[in-house]
Amino acid sequence: MKRTVNDKTAYAYTGGRVFDPALPSLVLIHGALNDHSVWTLLARSFAHHGWNLFAVDLPGHGRSEGPALASVEACANWVWALLDTAGVKQAALAGHSMGSLIALEAASRQPARCTRLAMIGTAYPMKVSDALLATARDMPLKAIDMVNAFSHSGWAAKPSYPGPGAWLHGGSRALMRRTLAGHPAFNLFEHDFRVCDRYANGLEAAAKITCPASLLIGERDQMTSPKQTAALAEALKARVSRLPAGHALMAEAPEQMLSALRAALQ
Amino acid sequence: MPGHSDPGFDTLALHAGAAPDPSTGARVTPLHLSTSFVFESAEHAAGLFNMERAGHVYSRLSNPTTAVLEERMAALEGGVGAIATASGQAALYLAIATLAGAGSHIVSSGALYGGSHNLLHYTLRRFGIETTFVKPGDIDGWRAAIRPNTKLLFGETLGNPGLDVLDIPSVSAIAHDAGLPLLVDSTLTTPWLMKPFEHGADLIYHSATKFLSGHGTVVGGVLVDSGAFDWEAAHAKHRLFPELCEPYAGFHDMVFTEESTVGAFLLRARREGLRDFGACISPHTAWLILQGIETLPLRMERHVRNAQKVAEFLAGQAAVESVGYPGLATHRDHALAQRLLPRGCGSVFSFNLKGSREQGRVFIETLKIFSHLANVGDCRSLVIHPATTTHSRMDDAALAFAGIGPGTIRLSIGLEDVDDLIDDLKRALKAASK
Repeated sequence: MKRTVNDKTAYAYTGGRVFDPALPSLVLIHGALNDHSVWTLLARSFAHHGWNLFAVDLPGHGRSEGPALASVEACANWVWALLDTAGVKQAALAGHSMGSLIALEAASRQPARCTRLAMIGTAYPMKVSDALLATARDMPLKAIDMVNAFSHSGWAAKPSYPGPGAWLHGGSRALMRRTLAGHPAFNLFEHDFRVCDRYANGLEAAAKITCPASLLIGERDQMTSPKQTAALAEALKARVSRLPAGHALMAEAPEQMLSALRAALQ
Repeated sequence: MPGHSDPGFDTLALHAGAAPDPSTGARVTPLHLSTSFVFESAEHAAGLFNMERAGHVYSRLSNPTTAVLEERMAALEGGVGAIATASGQAALYLAIATLAGAGSHIVSSGALYGGSHNLLHYTLRRFGIETTFVKPGDIDGWRAAIRPNTKLLFGETLGNPGLDVLDIPSVSAIAHDAGLPLLVDSTLTTPWLMKPFEHGADLIYHSATKFLSGHGTVVGGVLVDSGAFDWEAAHAKHRLFPELCEPYAGFHDMVFTEESTVGAFLLRARREGLRDFGACISPHTAWLILQGIETLPLRMERHVRNAQKVAEFLAGQAAVESVGYPGLATHRDHALAQRLLPRGCGSVFSFNLKGSREQGRVFIETLKIFSHLANVGDCRSLVIHPATTTHSRMDDAALAFAGIGPGTIRLSIGLEDVDDLIDDLKRALKAASK
């Protein structure tokens, strides 16, 4: 689905389905230097089983026109603006990593429109180490390799994603490289990391959330440590699900993610 | 670089894609000889068929053992994934058929394995796919041969049998300027000697029968995608890749590039080519190839060391007219090989005997260690006469174009004591000179 938001092309994967106002809606928001394709299996499943599905490409990522927005707050406003163009009145919001902060902030800005909140591979605050920020700035390709190593808990997650025969590290690296290459004169990796690092409204936003919230955490996550979710979980009164995966939960544990997200959206 | 990135090559060769079996604790990848896999529920079954869930359905499409091989090869090549096939030829055909159809055109190196040349020159033409062959080192020739209906460029990392080194950086730049992918056959180099994706190639295939298996036991192939080629951007300019960028009626009107930004090619290849053409690998074969890959780094090191010594020996023999090994300074691509193949130039090469075809026959039949057969990349040393065997379907002009003469002998240097190999060759050269 392509729409125009703030005079820029905005894209959301819909699983090949057209919007049905009688169905509930679900928005999936990707993380740093990613795009909608990190959700493919999950997105397709929800799109074909009772949901209007919008797996967005954030501005400057994938098929959505840039520039990349400067803050979590700006991205949150953009999400609602995109849904406005599609005629969506209410939606469940789910996000991964940076996208989880955007989902949180979006839910807090229009709490009456958010039916469920699911934060996946999340932590608050989502601080990025100075060393990683510097590497993302100076050697983004090296930083991609580092993040890939941190994000995957092993070398053989089965049955792999989006299917058997896919090498998860390679797929993640290729997607991040492709997304980075979309901005020859701009370091989107450093930008996205700084968006995560700067976000300071998490607990205030959580206090405004009125819908049921869930945290879906990778047991072996080295990017957003499970230890850094306690305050957020308490503020949201969230149900916490721990999955056998690292930070790349959708790829490493797609079946468990599907079950956990279904439960979170009930 | 090991550490805060993917592990090193040797570690990946042992571990990528595999973990102890969760149900049995088996440390070695189990051999799953099962045609099909039980669904958990009707919903699970429907989800697998609609690409909502990942898993195995039927071993023509995927298999747990085969998937380990595919993931390992993708890891070793630096790709996003792979598809294992019944043979290297099946991998080549799968790559081409995923992108091309009647009315399509291919630009290919003329220095190819005879079977690949046959596929492109005769068989695919019957299905409306034309190929223009160029000399691999003729960079301007590659560019000039591209037509509006060209779908891909293709060459071997080391051209068969003269070992022309494909200038992948230059040829891939030409391909990318034209919005086309470069497919390479990396059989003779393996990822241990060269990673073509790092030089600009977009798709790689191997005859895994050769060095990957390494023991002359099984026939198999593997096709790997870098995930780097932007099919959508290329299609937006030239409308050449509707198979990946437009709805596919054969699979729920799926637009593969929309489903997977970097894995679209493999999705289509598996969901169409592997499903419909059916040239899948046996899980047993995949398992044996996995055993071979575990020792690939050790074997390749020995292969190239032996090959370099044998090539140097042959180059000094009066009965030898020329030796086509890029590891020798006399080879036309020696400088390019030093740049692209710093670890060595493989262990398959050809040389030209002085004298008649009869002397060639005597030479081959006198050899005791070298086996006269149609294969390469075995741990045992092998020999063959291309003009009368692997390339016998080519006419004289095509043979000359590929650099094959009546006295050309192809060797595949194995892992034996190199002094024994040299002694064997000495005896055969002496017999042929009488």
